[in-house]
Amino acid sequence: MLSIAVSIAFALVSGALLLSLFRLLRGPDKPDRILALDTLYINTIALLVLLGIHLSSSLYFEAALLIAMMGFVGTVALCKYLLRGDIIE
Amino acid sequence: MNLFFVVLIPFLGAGLAAWVSRFGRLQSAWMAGGVTLVALIALTPSLPAPFLGETLVQRIPWIPALGLDLVLRLDGLGLLFALMVLGMGLLVILYARYYLAERDCMGRFYGYLLLFMGSMLGIVLSENLILLLMFWELTSLSSFLLISYWQHREDARTGARMALAVTGLGGLAMLGGFVLLGEMVGSYDLSVVLANGELIRSDPLYTPMLVLILLGAFTKSAQFPFHFWLPHAMAAPTPVSAYLHSATLVKAGVFLLARLFPVLSGTSQWSILVIGAGLATLLIGAYFALFKHDIKGLLAYSTISHLGLITLLFGIGTPLAAVAGVFHIINHATFKASLFMAAGIIDHECGTRDMRRINGLWRYMPYTGTLAMVAAAAMAGVPLFNGFLSKEMFFGETVTFSANHTWDWLLPAAVVVAGIFAVAYSLRFIHDVFFNGDPIDLPKTPHEPPRWMKVPVEILVAICLLVGILPAFTVAPLLYVAATGVLQTAPPDYDLAIWHGVNAALIMSVIALIGGILIYAGRRPLFNLATKLEGLLDARAVFDGLLKGLLALAGAVTRILDTGSLQRMLLVFILSALTLGTVGFLGGGAPLTGDRDLLPADAVSLLVTIALIIVALWTVVLHRRRLTALIVMGALGLLVSLIFVKFSAPDLALTQLSVEVVTIVLLLLALYFLPQYSPAESSWPRRVRDIGVACLAGGGAAALTWSVLTRPYESIADYFLENSVPGGGGANVVNVILVDFRGFDTLGEISVLALAGLGIYAMLKDLRLPGPTCDARGRPWNWDMHPVIMAALTRLLLPLALLVSAFIFLRGHNLPGGGFIAGLITAIALIMQYLANGVEWTHVRMTSNLHPVIGAGLLIGLLTGLASLVFGYPFLTSAFTHVHWPVIGDFELASAIAFDLGVYLVVVGATLLILVHLGLMHHASHPGEQEPNHA
Repeated sequence: MLSIAVSIAFALVSGALLLSLFRLLRGPDKPDRILALDTLYINTIALLVLLGIHLSSSLYFEAALLIAMMGFVGTVALCKYLLRGDIIE
Repeated sequence: MNLFFVVLIPFLGAGLAAWVSRFGRLQSAWMAGGVTLVALIALTPSLPAPFLGETLVQRIPWIPALGLDLVLRLDGLGLLFALMVLGMGLLVILYARYYLAERDCMGRFYGYLLLFMGSMLGIVLSENLILLLMFWELTSLSSFLLISYWQHREDARTGARMALAVTGLGGLAMLGGFVLLGEMVGSYDLSVVLANGELIRSDPLYTPMLVLILLGAFTKSAQFPFHFWLPHAMAAPTPVSAYLHSATLVKAGVFLLARLFPVLSGTSQWSILVIGAGLATLLIGAYFALFKHDIKGLLAYSTISHLGLITLLFGIGTPLAAVAGVFHIINHATFKASLFMAAGIIDHECGTRDMRRINGLWRYMPYTGTLAMVAAAAMAGVPLFNGFLSKEMFFGETVTFSANHTWDWLLPAAVVVAGIFAVAYSLRFIHDVFFNGDPIDLPKTPHEPPRWMKVPVEILVAICLLVGILPAFTVAPLLYVAATGVLQTAPPDYDLAIWHGVNAALIMSVIALIGGILIYAGRRPLFNLATKLEGLLDARAVFDGLLKGLLALAGAVTRILDTGSLQRMLLVFILSALTLGTVGFLGGGAPLTGDRDLLPADAVSLLVTIALIIVALWTVVLHRRRLTALIVMGALGLLVSLIFVKFSAPDLALTQLSVEVVTIVLLLLALYFLPQYSPAESSWPRRVRDIGVACLAGGGAAALTWSVLTRPYESIADYFLENSVPGGGGANVVNVILVDFRGFDTLGEISVLALAGLGIYAMLKDLRLPGPTCDARGRPWNWDMHPVIMAALTRLLLPLALLVSAFIFLRGHNLPGGGFIAGLITAIALIMQYLANGVEWTHVRMTSNLHPVIGAGLLIGLLTGLASLVFGYPFLTSAFTHVHWPVIGDFELASAIAFDLGVYLVVVGATLLILVHLGLMHHASHPGEQEPNHA
């Protein structure tokens, strides 16, 4: 049962990943791309957790945790750059 | 082991002498004198050995596999030179204390002088040829520093450079000679070399070896045609000339001739080369010395001439000639050093060294005049002075030598001519300076120098006289052991008496004396002739021409190889790599695809890989819009870390993720000051070419990876996997490799990281740049520097992030994680505060000085390594144990975790230091600052 759910989830998350990628590459504007990158980070978290469930391993959890915790720093920095230019002031 | 101390003490003392100069001008002189005395005392326990006929050899193994030991020897020859170096050193130190002017830096002078003294002692006490060469080069370097001591003077700088170039060249040749010599006998130890004279002389490579070694000796001892550097080295302060250019440095060459005399001499090649160079030098030096108007120039050429005399004696090759050579080394050192010192006094008191202006000094300084006269008489070879004895032996040897050869009258005739000139220039030195009318337009009114400045001269002059009058009671024992050291057997009988009856040598001496007086009396026409001939034999012009040609050649070669275009160099580099890489696969010896089975590809991997390729291509397409390219590149890093996860490299994935964030912050910080768009600079055809080359290179790399991955792969990985737990006490092999198996490597890496951080800090420290006032599209910046929601959230997140960091750090030894990743997480968590709350807010709450953090990290890493040394294990061996803690359970405790802590601290410190200082470059970050903000 779980494996079927995981497979479906894989498919869905992969789809989301592709769509975010499309937005990232297509734009049209910088905020679009930044949002796409952020969503891509979230998709990746999902993908990693799914992989962990699939392989019954907790090894991937930390990677997901790190992305969750630090992925947004990149987003914040990029947004700050758009707003102020100088990100450490 | 006392010989090692003798050599080491001056080197250690050099630093001390330079350091104490901060406490006062004269402290350095006292320190230098003290150090020399201590070295002399360290030598005393060994003094009796040479007199008992023993050769002391003291050895410390260094690289035994290469036949390299730190090994010193003391025999008669070494003893003579060591005593000369130290004794003369003491006198020169005393003399220089009065010679150097107020504005000259005493610490630097005595520091260099002691460096030189140590190197010279190293030469004369070395048992190993390679060690000898090392000290030989050190004397070249330290004499360069001494000659250029007055750095503000152009002549000092060029003179020093010339001396370094010539002696350095000789040293290089000598290295070749020593290697040949060492390979002939199978050992670089002098004891072995000296015992194998027959073997060496019959070796087919004897001649090239001899030429190379002689090149070294001749350049150092200023033999023709390399003599020209010595007069230019006279730009040095006079104490340096008295020390280096009379008694020590230039004697290193003849020392080497004496040292290797038993094995190299006795062949026709030796006779031709050494006699030829010696005779030419003797004559040329004597001739030029007479016509120099500069006192020190006269002495320099006279030194060249006397060095030629000594070389000639060794060239003659008989034991008696060698004894005479050693004797003249002693005598020349004493009279020439005292003459140099007298010249220095005259220069010091008159303000000039031009003998056309310095006349009639007898009335002003009769005492100095008397001393100079005695020394000059010794130089001329007047009876009752020491120079006479060795010169008489020299004349005698040339007569004996020529009796066995055709053209028998030529050599004695030539040396008599040199003797005549020696008398003439000695006479000129005395007559021109102390008599010959009145001084002409001197900058100062001369008077006698301070009492103690004359003491060294007095001592040397006393030696000249004592040796000259009572040779048997003074110099005889020392000469005997030194000659034994040269010949490596007991020397033949010789008589040191002043009167031998009327023989050829005496007649030659008389001719030289009378001839010299006559020449000096008729000097006016000779001077005119010399002025006309000047410039015909200018070795310096030849040297300068050669140097210029060499530099032009080097420049031309560099211009061919390096056009200054990075694109061009990269093109050449990539194309050659491609060609060489392809050639290996041609010919069918190596198929591109190996025989390993391919792994099945699953859907998700395929998806991620395709996405990766598309994003990478898109980044290239967008690369002119820099910010956009950066955003897209963020996805690239993410996808790469996903691939790491897929291929079971969680450590790499974690590192990649952390590095990704830091990279984005770093690039944004830099981008702020840079143009937002890259213009297209290349033409279309060129771009097409570059794209083609790039595709080829990328394809090549891919093909190479493919061929590696499709082959069965045996590596050291299995060893690490097996030994990680038993050897390093950790289940995470990556971390155990980093902190244990290859801990030394990691230590080097964190040192580099720390240095890079400090380097960036140093470059950015006071750099203030104006930033753009609006964004790329001309819109003004938002007014809200630190949006409240973001600020509040990141503050909340900080402890959480630090906790994760601690978790990752602690588990690192057994599960993915470790100091490096934890350090990056901490750095990012802190950077977040800078981003969201600003520098000011953060610096109130956190230290802005990160240097101690970096320093502590390096120190901890180093101490962990040293701790294992204390317990008798190799550097950085880790120890581990398992302890049972209540509640937590079984916990493994490894010393590697301390090392990992060092890594952690360095990473945190360096990352923060770099990022924060990049951010602080903007001058708006320093509102109202008066002095540079230390942060």
